[in-house]
Amino acid sequence: MKDAFGLPQSLLVLGGTSEIALATARRLIARRTRTVWLAGRPSPALDEAVQDLRAHGADVRTVAFDALDPETHEEALGKVFAEGDIDLVLLAFGILGDQAHDERDPSAAVRVARTNYIGAVSAGLVAARALQTQGHGSLVVLSSVAGERARRANFIYGSSKAGLDAFAQGLGDALQGTGVHVMVVRPGFVRTRMTAGLPEAPLATTPEAVATAIELGLRRRSETVWVPGVLRVVMSALRHVPRGVFRRLPV
Amino acid sequence: MPAETASVTGWGRTAPSVARLIRPRTYEEAVAAVRTCGARGGIPRGLGRAYGDAAQNAGGAVFDMTGLDRVHAIDADGGTVLCGAGVSLHRLMEVLLPLGWFVPVTPGTRYVTVGGAIGADIHGKNHHGSGSFSRHVLAMELLTADGTVHSVRPGTDLFDATAGGMGLTGVILTATLQLQPVQTSLMSVDTERATDLDDLMARLTTGDDHYRYSVAWIDLLARGAATGRAVLTRGDHAPVDALPAGSRARRDPLAFRPGRLPAAPRHLPGGLLTRRSVGAFNELWYRRAPRLRRGELQTITAFFHPLDGVPHWNRIYGRGGFVQYQFVVGYGQEDALRRIVDRIAARRCPSFLAVLKRFGDADPGWLSFPRPGWTLAMDVPAALPGLGPFLDELDEQVAAAGGRVYLAKDSRLRPELLAGMYPRLEDFRALRAELDPRGVFVSDLARRLSL
Repeated sequence: MKDAFGLPQSLLVLGGTSEIALATARRLIARRTRTVWLAGRPSPALDEAVQDLRAHGADVRTVAFDALDPETHEEALGKVFAEGDIDLVLLAFGILGDQAHDERDPSAAVRVARTNYIGAVSAGLVAARALQTQGHGSLVVLSSVAGERARRANFIYGSSKAGLDAFAQGLGDALQGTGVHVMVVRPGFVRTRMTAGLPEAPLATTPEAVATAIELGLRRRSETVWVPGVLRVVMSALRHVPRGVFRRLPV
Repeated sequence: MPAETASVTGWGRTAPSVARLIRPRTYEEAVAAVRTCGARGGIPRGLGRAYGDAAQNAGGAVFDMTGLDRVHAIDADGGTVLCGAGVSLHRLMEVLLPLGWFVPVTPGTRYVTVGGAIGADIHGKNHHGSGSFSRHVLAMELLTADGTVHSVRPGTDLFDATAGGMGLTGVILTATLQLQPVQTSLMSVDTERATDLDDLMARLTTGDDHYRYSVAWIDLLARGAATGRAVLTRGDHAPVDALPAGSRARRDPLAFRPGRLPAAPRHLPGGLLTRRSVGAFNELWYRRAPRLRRGELQTITAFFHPLDGVPHWNRIYGRGGFVQYQFVVGYGQEDALRRIVDRIAARRCPSFLAVLKRFGDADPGWLSFPRPGWTLAMDVPAALPGLGPFLDELDEQVAAAGGRVYLAKDSRLRPELLAGMYPRLEDFRALRAELDPRGVFVSDLARRLSL
């Protein structure tokens, strides 16, 4: 169960090798989390994540999960929920793709959309139903500021996150009164493996900062969290910039 | 019977969860509710005054017991009452005071049910002499997981598991209570100020035996030499000859007419209770108290239940809610108490409902909170930054001093500390495993702390 500060005792990470998710898990383990499920494709990176979180003191288990294979989500997540209540589901999987390459290779672009959007729709609905049955819990969805307004430089990724973000907001509204809380997290540029080698955007942040913001959002039962918080204002302004001007902005 | 799906919280309004609220009005309906509550079980709930998640059951059933609200029999000579578990102490006072009887133990609110009072084994200002609520329970009827009703008497394992058992052994249907005789419905109260914590402890230690009721409001925001300054209020039920001759009170000494103000508004913003506002309140509260006043006549409401005058007072903390923290450390652990009070004062927790009291002998309930020693209760807005880790730190000090925290107020304890605080926890778990193998009775508290 979550305590008075919204801190979970059990955590399910969808996308078990996500650096943001692992930073969040480490932070929550230092508080109240004792059981962690890492859902992802079996890989050395997943094993490494398990070792890391075990070293922090959690009881860590894995479950095979592939965002690209929605037909299997029901069974994979059903197995986790059958073992006991999950207080927090962190939907953290996602791929950035390579914009320039993906524009020339539509099948690669579709893979980004299928992972980030379709996979999340499927896993999000499956997790939401399980949480609804237990009458409590939070679903934290890692969206991105990239979904707030599509940019020339990464609109394939951005559009997938836009879809995910709209889906998660609607899901949160649908789950009002069921005891399930949905929180959409919109980080800006986060320094991780996924963004390594890319030119850093202004207001860049770290996985640890996102984890801190998630902990605070859980305590406040927030519905939307921006990391850093000032991005809320920045993006609100950018959203209203005329297209012709926006195209020429160095963002 | 009426049932609805609702979001349920404790009095602190933190950690809501959704359950089916079922309100049985008869024994038969209660049995049916327990038999059909489904895979996620059920938990009895009274008037929802437990601060944390004790009377919540996410995804399952919550039995609203306030439908069993009949006072069945009163023995006006022997001073006993047999009543349904959903009867409130408020109702009992209305019924019993005119007959010259008072409830044996009352907490800081009259709006708790008899069933909840046993389930949390509540205590009051008379604990140092009268013990906890369960000491005055002569018998009760308990509906257990198999759907049968047991008559439970003191001195049995089932009684000791149920007294303080947080509703997890079954649903209490009725209870027979031994009452306290009174001549009037007024209290004769002595008030005095203590300038710091040591002064306070000395006054409580030397004076408590002379009073049936004793408690100290403590200013946890006072620092330096004033750390732990307090206002002691101690007293007893006033005898008839203490009432002024010819007064209205003298003509009708057992009248009980508590007034109530309008309820606190529903949507107050958080952040009203800051260090500054609470500090100003505490300063005022301390200054307006007399240095020493003897024999003041107060109403039962003013002495025991000042906050009951404002319905839904818990809303003043806003949407974020608040956390109550109450612990006890044994006699001989005064240094631990001093350290903790110093820590709280240094941390500047905006707490205006802080109370220090001496407990007397413990009662046999396995998860019953009171034990001989010092108990401190305080309230803090849940949104206070860093509150979680800070309370964890206090837990460590309480546990190291052999103390414990109160489950009826808890909403955040680290489960690993529980067994050290409650040595009979294993017995409790074993009895539950035997009595309720399918785990019909379960609450958010039980899930969180693996009770």
